Amino acid sequence: MVYINGCEQAANGKTVVDIINEMNIDIRTIAVELNEEIVSKADYDSTTLKDGDVLEVVSFVGGG
Amino acid sequence: MVPTKEEFFSALEFRHGRENQRKFAEATVAICGLGGLGSNIAICLARAGIGKLILIDFDVVDVSNLHRQQYKANQVGMYKTEALKENLLEINPYITIESRTVRMTEDNTVKLVSEADIVCEAFDKAECKAMVVNGVLTHFKDKIIVSGSGMAGFSSANDINTKKLSKRFYLCGDGVSDVNDGIGLIASRVMVCAAHEAHMVLRLLMGEQTP
Repeated sequence: MVYINGCEQAANGKTVVDIINEMNIDIRTIAVELNEEIVSKADYDSTTLKDGDVLEVVSFVGGG
Repeated sequence: MVPTKEEFFSALEFRHGRENQRKFAEATVAICGLGGLGSNIAICLARAGIGKLILIDFDVVDVSNLHRQQYKANQVGMYKTEALKENLLEINPYITIESRTVRMTEDNTVKLVSEADIVCEAFDKAECKAMVVNGVLTHFKDKIIVSGSGMAGFSSANDINTKKLSKRFYLCGDGVSDVNDGIGLIASRVMVCAAHEAHMVLRLLMGEQTP
């Protein structure tokens, strides 16, 4: 199981891009951390999730 | 009459404690974007006696900014970097302020914030927020970023909080109230989020890592 934004999901084997597509969010407005380390945008499609991974996908909203 | 530097810092030490004040005075904080978040963050940090503030924004003060941003009517048309520097030095003449009047991009992010111990993301647009957070976390190994997302509208101020997402990434806001949903930005609620960001900066400088 993988923890995505605090929720347990059967996402083993999926890539970060797969998760972003499932969440239907704009790649330009997000930051992704895997096990507390930033995932560079260039690595989204080559980063595969494995059991026990903790993925945080932050989708920013406008206003400041 | 303007107090002397000694009087000023003695008053700050009295409020914050001598050791904390020393850490504040030695710190450099970059503020990316000088709108409702950034101008309010800057005022909190200047009042706290942060040694050096790096102010980054390309824009000028517009009349539509005055309802929530820390500028004055007679500053409309000035670069925000210059107007805010003027206002901050009126509040605390004994800090160092570096104004960088430039549009922040992926290419210049590293250069603009390299001196800072902590970076405050305070932009208005979601893609700019993401750009600076990704840039700082990717290109530096020890810099901390405090960011704000979700502070528009009249919803409860109590929904705004600070989350620690990782060792170097703190996120303030309610996470969802998007200005693009047409709910507008209200001074009081934006200031709550700005205060969360500024407060987290002070806690980090004191050595506290919990939000």
